[in-house]
Amino acid sequence: MRLGYLIGLAILLSALWLAFSGLYKPRMLFFGLSSIIICLVLVSRLRLLDREAAPYFRLPVYLSYWVWLMIEILKANWIVIRACLRAELDIQPALVKVATTCRTDLAKTVFANSITLTPGTVTLEVEGDWMLVHGLYEDQTQPEDFIEMDRRSAEAADGRKRETEVAG
Amino acid sequence: MIETALTIFETLRPWAGGALCLLGGLLAIIGTVGVLRFPDFYTRLHAASVTDTSAATSLLLGMALLPETTWLIAVKLAAIWVFIFITGPTSTHAAASAAHTAGLQPVIGRVGRRDGDKA
Repeated sequence: MRLGYLIGLAILLSALWLAFSGLYKPRMLFFGLSSIIICLVLVSRLRLLDREAAPYFRLPVYLSYWVWLMIEILKANWIVIRACLRAELDIQPALVKVATTCRTDLAKTVFANSITLTPGTVTLEVEGDWMLVHGLYEDQTQPEDFIEMDRRSAEAADGRKRETEVAG
Repeated sequence: MIETALTIFETLRPWAGGALCLLGGLLAIIGTVGVLRFPDFYTRLHAASVTDTSAATSLLLGMALLPETTWLIAVKLAAIWVFIFITGPTSTHAAASAAHTAGLQPVIGRVGRRDGDKA
């Protein structure tokens, strides 16, 4: 399994190098290859490779979540832009406690970052299964407004099986 | 058929790119206006996230459509976009969490002159 992650990382790094470099002379290719090998040696010695660091097999799920999140962000952007430009300032900030069903640290991070990325809501604190969220409009940051985002990020990062839970 | 479509795309490309860059600049200005107008630290973060998300997306998309852009540059722009979308909320959360830990109290409830408590 570990070898699979290593091969995946090697392919990813090579693709990244080829896409960023643009200089395909033999000397440059040699430098690129050696830097990739050094990187792989360092990563395997540091034992950084696990399910969270190498999510290649979950990429389609992440991508579909990303597309959904983009649409949500566009909608939220419109609300905040209107709030910024309104002649009379009319906002109603609120602090809300939001429950999460995410199990792993990765899923919680995805959920909290999605909340922060969406304009109009910012995660202030993560405490166990609770998150403290600051919102620009009280009526749009009720706990039930986050249920769908919570479900989707849990599905994207935790997976439905939840067989490899991170303890604590 | 495909060649005509390609020609149309190549003709429209600079205009679309320029328009998206302009829109991105406008969105960044709107975000700044929000940062200046909103009452406290936490609400200002919300305004700044407009610049973080839609302004950055629009600018990068516009730059990708500009006629000088090759595939190599487009890939780098896409990487910048992903980088902004991952680091942006992280830094925002770091600032908000620091303010919350330090005990900065947010303004809660309706802000504005509509409820008439203060002129």
